[in-house]
Amino acid sequence: MGVIHVTDRTGQRHTLEAVEGWRVMEIIRDWGLPIEGLCGGACECATCHVFVSEGWVDKLYPATDEEEDQLDTVVTKPNSRLSCQILWSPELDGLEVTLAPTGE
Amino acid sequence: MTDHIETDVVIIGAGPVGLFAVFELGLLDIKCHLIDILPKVGGQCAELYPEKPIYDIPGFPMVTGQGLVDNLMSQIEPFNATFHLNEMVESLEVLGTPEAPLFRVKTSENGTTFTCKAVIIAAGGGSFQPKKPPIDNIEAYEGTSVFYAVRKMEMFRNKKVLIVGGGDSALDWTVNLQPIAKRLTLLHRRDAFRAAPHTVEKMRSLVAAGDMDLHLGQVSALKGNNHVLEGAVVRKDDGSEHLVDCDVMLPFFGLTMKLGPIGEWGLNLHENLIPVDTEKFETNVPGIFAIGDINTYPGKLKLILSGFHEGALAAQKVHRYVYPEKRLLFQYTTSSTSLQKKLGVAA
Repeated sequence: MGVIHVTDRTGQRHTLEAVEGWRVMEIIRDWGLPIEGLCGGACECATCHVFVSEGWVDKLYPATDEEEDQLDTVVTKPNSRLSCQILWSPELDGLEVTLAPTGE
Repeated sequence: MTDHIETDVVIIGAGPVGLFAVFELGLLDIKCHLIDILPKVGGQCAELYPEKPIYDIPGFPMVTGQGLVDNLMSQIEPFNATFHLNEMVESLEVLGTPEAPLFRVKTSENGTTFTCKAVIIAAGGGSFQPKKPPIDNIEAYEGTSVFYAVRKMEMFRNKKVLIVGGGDSALDWTVNLQPIAKRLTLLHRRDAFRAAPHTVEKMRSLVAAGDMDLHLGQVSALKGNNHVLEGAVVRKDDGSEHLVDCDVMLPFFGLTMKLGPIGEWGLNLHENLIPVDTEKFETNVPGIFAIGDINTYPGKLKLILSGFHEGALAAQKVHRYVYPEKRLLFQYTTSSTSLQKKLGVAA
């Protein structure tokens, strides 16, 4: 068991119980925070874009080419990731992410 | 020119669920027209994940998104549905009564109007629209200096054009607009492009020859006055910023889905989904049905197979609206000669 911390687009920080083997996008969506996840986690839409807090970026598996291609379709920062491509495991207990803004 | 079409049913959305509804309606002798905003059929399956394998379609241990769409198209072929692609339904007007519904549907692009006895909304996540980058105040420049598509190339003659993105649209328009633009700048977040290699090569040679500029980074702000763009602030990964001088910006960030005009048709909505009953999948407006990902009801699962089931049940009720005098006999394609005739497979 463990948690992730998610800051939403209004700046409010939520601590969510995480489930091993779930994608971070799924954890965020399951707790009802506004994350679209349009393609359902297929790495095809970039609507689950998050910024990963400092200190955590290097603990994640690096983005695949497929994920980088999708990140091309949003306005990124160096710490941008797609949360559907982060599989939660106990090593990620306390993972801190911020939901990226979406265009209108 | 404005066309007017009279038909039994208009299906909004030509994704897998809309396509299969053609089959279920066709077996009941109900004619339909499908409208989709994309230039091709298949919805998300064809647009978002054509190559991705799907494992939960009954009877198919594995099928790709495009494979499923192709199979559905051949399955519904006997019913000769008419497709109106590249068109978005703009308005849906109720003309009839709850007992004898009649609707007028109007599309935006060609202004085609339809009169029909039932409408089936199978619009998935809504209509595909260009993804807008979250840049402060970008709305102020939309339509004057910021465009998400190129309708007339001439508009960009002698302009300082900034194209943003790394996919096919961004690269295609880069090489197409470069000869007529005063100066063209391509901006992308990294020095790798997912566009077709020969287009990328062409862009690289233009850059090497000094005929255009390539910048790496992201637009962080727009500069301008009174809806007229003067420049874009570009932030690099190291945090440094510089200004790119430009009159127009063309961001090509792919497509996303928005509910769009559906929200304005007087239907009950719950978190951008359309509540329906689970007997007929009808909305709060008699004669308007919602099937597939766009609907919601207790226990709803957003699965393609659920949408197929919903279409089959909705078709039963649609039959009552289209043929109020006819009794509907439940039949199987395995045994009914009349169904087999419709499918063109009767012995």
